[in-house]
Amino acid sequence: MTLSNVIPQGTGRGLYRALAFRRLLLLCGLLLLLLATFSFDLALGPARYPVSNVVSALLFPSSADLQTRVVIWDIRLPIALMAISVGGCLSLAGAQMQTILANPLASPFTLGISAAASFGAALGLVAGVAIFPAAVQYMVPFNAFIMAMAASLFIYGLSSVRGVTVQTIVLLGIALVFTFNALLSLLEYLASEQALAAVVFWTMGSLTKATWSKVWITFAVLIVCIPFFARHSWALTALRLGDVKAASFGVNIRSLRLKTLLGVSLLAAIPVSFVGTIGFVGLVGPHIARMLVGEDQRFFLPAAVLCGALMLSATSVICKIILPGAILPIGVITALVGVPFFFALIFADRKQVW
Amino acid sequence: MVTLQLKGLGARYGSGLAVEDVSTPVFKGGELTAVIGPNAAGKSTLFKRVAGLLKGPGEVVLEGARNEPRDALRYMPQDTHANAVLTVYESVLLAVKQGHGWRVSDRELAEIDQILEALQIADLAFRNLGELSGGQRQLVSIAQAIVRKPEVLLMDEPTSALDLYRQVEVLAFMQELARRRGTLVLIALHDLNHALRFCHNTVVISSGRLVSAGPSRQVITPEMLREIYRVDARIEQCSRGESHIIIDRSAA
Repeated sequence: MTLSNVIPQGTGRGLYRALAFRRLLLLCGLLLLLLATFSFDLALGPARYPVSNVVSALLFPSSADLQTRVVIWDIRLPIALMAISVGGCLSLAGAQMQTILANPLASPFTLGISAAASFGAALGLVAGVAIFPAAVQYMVPFNAFIMAMAASLFIYGLSSVRGVTVQTIVLLGIALVFTFNALLSLLEYLASEQALAAVVFWTMGSLTKATWSKVWITFAVLIVCIPFFARHSWALTALRLGDVKAASFGVNIRSLRLKTLLGVSLLAAIPVSFVGTIGFVGLVGPHIARMLVGEDQRFFLPAAVLCGALMLSATSVICKIILPGAILPIGVITALVGVPFFFALIFADRKQVW
Repeated sequence: MVTLQLKGLGARYGSGLAVEDVSTPVFKGGELTAVIGPNAAGKSTLFKRVAGLLKGPGEVVLEGARNEPRDALRYMPQDTHANAVLTVYESVLLAVKQGHGWRVSDRELAEIDQILEALQIADLAFRNLGELSGGQRQLVSIAQAIVRKPEVLLMDEPTSALDLYRQVEVLAFMQELARRRGTLVLIALHDLNHALRFCHNTVVISSGRLVSAGPSRQVITPEMLREIYRVDARIEQCSRGESHIIIDRSAA
């Protein structure tokens, strides 16, 4: 072992550049796939349009006929964009939860944030309780958001206590799931038949609740969070080497973990309060991204967003192909379609998943 | 030249002090200093305190460094297993890029190539961290620690998982690196023969307190070995004039 003054023309540099380029290509591939599913999502429905018509209606709305314009712009576009933004938010939230808690099972669903939102929504649907009385007409999403944020901030508060390990946080999150599920069951037990049906439908998750304002808010959360995570991408990647190693690299772990958890809380709470519980994306989206591009956050971060968005968008298209005209709860279908795909990916080349 | 001195240094761990009142002579750049002591003596705690990862009383006096203490001093923790989906190359790049932008320059990559080749792990560059053996992980850790060219390097048992050949190679390499770059290296070791052979100075810690500090041949004595390590041992010179510890038995 000798340290030479001459910098070698090593192959490592070239191989690394090739690896980075391959990952960039993969990201471009994911983006193209997303554009394709998005176009199909707009084209399919009770009335089917050729993709070329959809593209021209999107690019030149004034040249499209009224019916096409109304169907594409007013009915389908908010739902299709909601699928993308909600999928992106949930997958990114899961990715960063898994990163900062060093746990492959961490996701908004497994840490009680979705369960808290469901309880909040049920509180409005069953008991008519508005936690934020100023906006009674938006009682259900507001209730869901406030409960989801409360659960997130509870986890956040616990994390800021000195000496609390990430394992404790995960355990506490799981305890939250059980608590809110028990409370939800209690409400369902007491609910009228009509209210019970509403709660069950809400908890299954549905994109049909999408409106333009909800779409903008969800995208805004993504647009605020992505640059923050991107700025800390080297530090977040270093966290995956363990706390001590990351600290030895000069990363302020405590501060980074708390700031990230705050961003994750918003990313998880907003979409869940708008569309209900969609559990699978937040857990599996990041794992698929990890398998495709590894854990360098410069690639992992956009890949997680794209994978989540693609999963929900593709599921929406698949729903329309299998049962045209029927509205299926997207949360359920995402898991049913996604699980076999995920299994196939794991066993195809036995890649390291975690 | 960079110098380091510890003055009355203590480290808190939980409610109490795990390391107390450690004061040393001035250590100079270009030399290796061994930090030795039995298990749970407080070596890792002392390193973390010097690196600023733990709080406590006392002072770390760092003089003559070209950079701010935060950049000048680097700590290499004991073996840490990581199951991240990252290649060895990426994990070393991570150490280089902390606090910097996204763009990776050819110069930075060339330096990684150089370090990996010097440590004879270039063939592992694109293996995932989870696939490495304990010894390989330790070599990667050394690469991560030296790639940022620290002026003071704290290495916590860097050779504990290495075979005999690698132990000697790594320590000789660190000796050469310290001499050529003027780096001040503090290195926690369990093999006291290595301390005698490679390290100019030795610091002995036991039960969180300093026992002695100074030139290795003056500090590592049969009396110290009996008192601290509870073994009866001799220190004898071999035919080449090198000092070696010969352990006879555990002390009664």
